[in-house]
Amino acid sequence: MSVETIGGVELELNDEGFLTDPSQWNEDIAVELARREGIGPLTDRHWQIIRFMRSEYETKGSGPSVRMLGKTSGVPIKELYELFPKGPAKLAAKIAGIPKPRGCI
Amino acid sequence: MHRIVILGAGTGGTLVANRLRKAFTTDQASITCVDQNDRHVYQPGLLFVPFGLTHPEDIIRPRGKQLHDGVDYWLAAVDRVDLEARCVHLVDGGALTYDVLIVATGAVLAPEETEGLTGPGWMERVFTFYTPEGASALEAALATFDGGRLVVNVVEMPIKCPVAPIEFCFLADWYFRERGIRERVDMTYVTPLDAAFTKPIAAKHLGGMLEERSIELVTEFNTGEVDGVGGRLISYDEREVPFDLAVVIPAHNGAAYVAKSPGLGDALGFVLTDEHTLQSVASPNVFALGDAAGLPVSKAGSVTDFEGEVLVENVQHFLAGEPLDASYDGHANCFIETGFSKAMMIDFNYEVEPQTGHYPGVVGLPLLKESHLNHLGKLMFQWFYWHSLLPGRNIPGIHSAMPLAGKQREGEQREEEAHS
Repeated sequence: MSVETIGGVELELNDEGFLTDPSQWNEDIAVELARREGIGPLTDRHWQIIRFMRSEYETKGSGPSVRMLGKTSGVPIKELYELFPKGPAKLAAKIAGIPKPRGCI
Repeated sequence: MHRIVILGAGTGGTLVANRLRKAFTTDQASITCVDQNDRHVYQPGLLFVPFGLTHPEDIIRPRGKQLHDGVDYWLAAVDRVDLEARCVHLVDGGALTYDVLIVATGAVLAPEETEGLTGPGWMERVFTFYTPEGASALEAALATFDGGRLVVNVVEMPIKCPVAPIEFCFLADWYFRERGIRERVDMTYVTPLDAAFTKPIAAKHLGGMLEERSIELVTEFNTGEVDGVGGRLISYDEREVPFDLAVVIPAHNGAAYVAKSPGLGDALGFVLTDEHTLQSVASPNVFALGDAAGLPVSKAGSVTDFEGEVLVENVQHFLAGEPLDASYDGHANCFIETGFSKAMMIDFNYEVEPQTGHYPGVVGLPLLKESHLNHLGKLMFQWFYWHSLLPGRNIPGIHSAMPLAGKQREGEQREEEAHS
């Protein structure tokens, strides 16, 4: 757990760098979290996924998996990996300020 | 009279049908159980088939025989559910109306969703042990495998029995050692997760056990393509893992009719379900359990059994017009076969991750620790499955709610390690 100031706001991040309070999130924070992951500038396609992650989290309580994103977000899996390399579901969740998708185990 | 319809006569459908049959007289409720085939597979047994330790005919029984008298058993495929009309439409044109519907049709494998997986090489050098046919074909392939690169790959979570692929690695290590060819086999476990397993403490233990056995671990690998001719797994971010023999656990979906029934399931066909009451989010007279339910729990038989206990009570509450019991806590436990006649056990729920200690109490089976006792437990479990779990008998000392007695929390564990 660490406390950091991003965009003038004091934020608590867990050990993996996810916001502990998703309600603190805003677009400036997303830009900074993305920058730390080596992603930027954020394009419309990035924002499409980030907003989709937030709305999924708000309605379902958890972010979607990669395959679910591929089926429902309107962005194909191949492109998701170009936008958010290595782990799109995890990385997009982190930038969207929601918890790591728990869809597994 | 209440009409209760259960879709699926596997672990969840069968144990719920039998428990409900005891809870209601035949004058109070009719119970109809539907399945599309009559093969009830004891799925934990599939892991042992590739190593010749059991055979498909020893782990498959007729579904109908597992259902108590008074349960109507229909052999039919479901086309879709009309939630508003409270009606199940069957593929053969028939229909079943219900007062309460229970969805227990499990998960289905979707190998066709991964490019190349079912193409050239499938069932020749690329196998899965998640079906009886696949497990048998793999047994033949392993018997003639004299060395080379063996890759075990989980395409995507969720999968049934998430520890089974790791158990497969442990058993393969044992199997090749027994055959005296272990040093000629390079083994690699390739997972989309960022560690050997999802829960941190268990991931650390299991990761260490892979390392001890010289099994390489490749993490955050999302398989985009399987090249059966060239012998390569290719990830979406264009990394490659070469193989001579690949054991692949394909992506899973819910039953196809779930996705065809508006509102019932998510995009993958898993039923949207309240995680504590097991009631469908879409319709109050629909419930789901087991692999079919889209819950953040393992897709495992123990989970289904624990869920069944709560679900049966809630069906009774619902039909009596009483509030539901929100007591399912995500309890799961499983034996992890580790080879050389040993096994580990893990026990956990929504809140508490697998820890060391004992189950179900201070005296019991050791948790997160290899032991012969756990291996015997795993072997004995098949008997319990057919004779106790499916008939809906309560196993003494084993309950839906996860026990905390006997568990060491992480802090205590560290202290103990410091003293030893």
